[in-house]
Amino acid sequence: MQIRVIPGSSAAIYRQIADQVRRAVALGELAIGDPMPSVRALAKELVVNPNTVAKAYAELIRDGVLETQPGRGAFVAKRRSVYSKAERLRRLDEALETAVSAAVTLDFTSEEILARMRSKLEDLM
Amino acid sequence: MSDTHVIRTERLTRYFGRRSVVRELNFTVPRGSVVGLLGLNGAGKTTTIRMLMGFLEPTRGSCEVLGHDSRRLTPEIRARIGHTVEGHFLYPWMRVRDCERFGRETHPKWDGTFFEQSVRRFGIDCEAKVSWLSRGQRAGVSLASTLAGDPELLILDDPALGLDPVSRRALNETIIEFCESGERTVLLSSHLLDDVERVADRVALMVDGRMLVDSTLDDFRNRVAAWIVDSTDNPTINHTIPGMVHCRSLGSRWHITVADPSEATVQAIESIGAHVESTDISFEDAVLAYLSRSRVGHSFYTGATS
Repeated sequence: MQIRVIPGSSAAIYRQIADQVRRAVALGELAIGDPMPSVRALAKELVVNPNTVAKAYAELIRDGVLETQPGRGAFVAKRRSVYSKAERLRRLDEALETAVSAAVTLDFTSEEILARMRSKLEDLM
Repeated sequence: MSDTHVIRTERLTRYFGRRSVVRELNFTVPRGSVVGLLGLNGAGKTTTIRMLMGFLEPTRGSCEVLGHDSRRLTPEIRARIGHTVEGHFLYPWMRVRDCERFGRETHPKWDGTFFEQSVRRFGIDCEAKVSWLSRGQRAGVSLASTLAGDPELLILDDPALGLDPVSRRALNETIIEFCESGERTVLLSSHLLDDVERVADRVALMVDGRMLVDSTLDDFRNRVAAWIVDSTDNPTINHTIPGMVHCRSLGSRWHITVADPSEATVQAIESIGAHVESTDISFEDAVLAYLSRSRVGHSFYTGATS
């Protein structure tokens, strides 16, 4: 997978990295057990501060997307639910709220938004 | 502890005649960080750097680097600090090879391989005369000469000024490589916000000789918020918004940027009445917000006060 960072965007660079890894895992571009580049290697490749990459990895490890094996670095983790149902619902609502409010301010109808949503879901699942 | 902070200033102040250029600076740089030093021209960045290096006496207050008072830096301590000046001065009659030899003879620790690597990254021929080099290539030689001395602390005064995009990238790569061990510290003054966002993990922002921000990049981002308000007229004419930095028109909507928003800010914005939504901002927006606020105090700006 190819990660790209864009400075000057409304998403912080660590967030861009974390989101792209999450997406690659969801799309199957990264499979369970795939090794991730080391923090230093990725920092060099993307030309970003190593702490920024470390922060993205820490978040992905906390959320169970990646796991570390002592001495061997980070790998894509088996998908497991680290959150309770209630917490998952809360996170889903939070994500939807952002998307929905953005969509509404762009003047789309509910049908149009739902149709786009359905096609995105079909791409992923 | 002086060991965890490689730079520390205490009420550092400098006057030129009756004009104060640096005012009451309390600023620390933790070891291992890359600090982006930001500010408009004339904000006091170079004066601060010159005091840190011991080239200029503070009028009041003090500063120390690597645990030693800047006014009394011995050659041994200086050898642990790498410093490049704005414009990358080099002796024009030297060849790049001579610069390498000059560095080798003036630095107790010298890594010739690192010098060659860095020079190559900037696409420079070692036989070239310094006076033939482009500005970007001169920056490359100056950076290579500074880094090959294996400094613990690197102070770069606007190294990217006037560089082409390829040299800028080489500069960023060199900084990242330099700091990857996490032991070395970089203080980088720059106007290129995208580059600072990439390579830095801390921001220090100076306005009119004062340091308004000294924090991690992420904390800084979180201090600035923005809202979009539907309104035909400028909403700030009839509403005072505490902490407001900037309000600009987006057609029939207005984009309002606020530093350190309080409850009162949120109330004021909601009281505008029309459709209001909060919006995400970029690092650049946040910096510009602070820097444009600095113009509020002493120029044409007569709108809502901050």
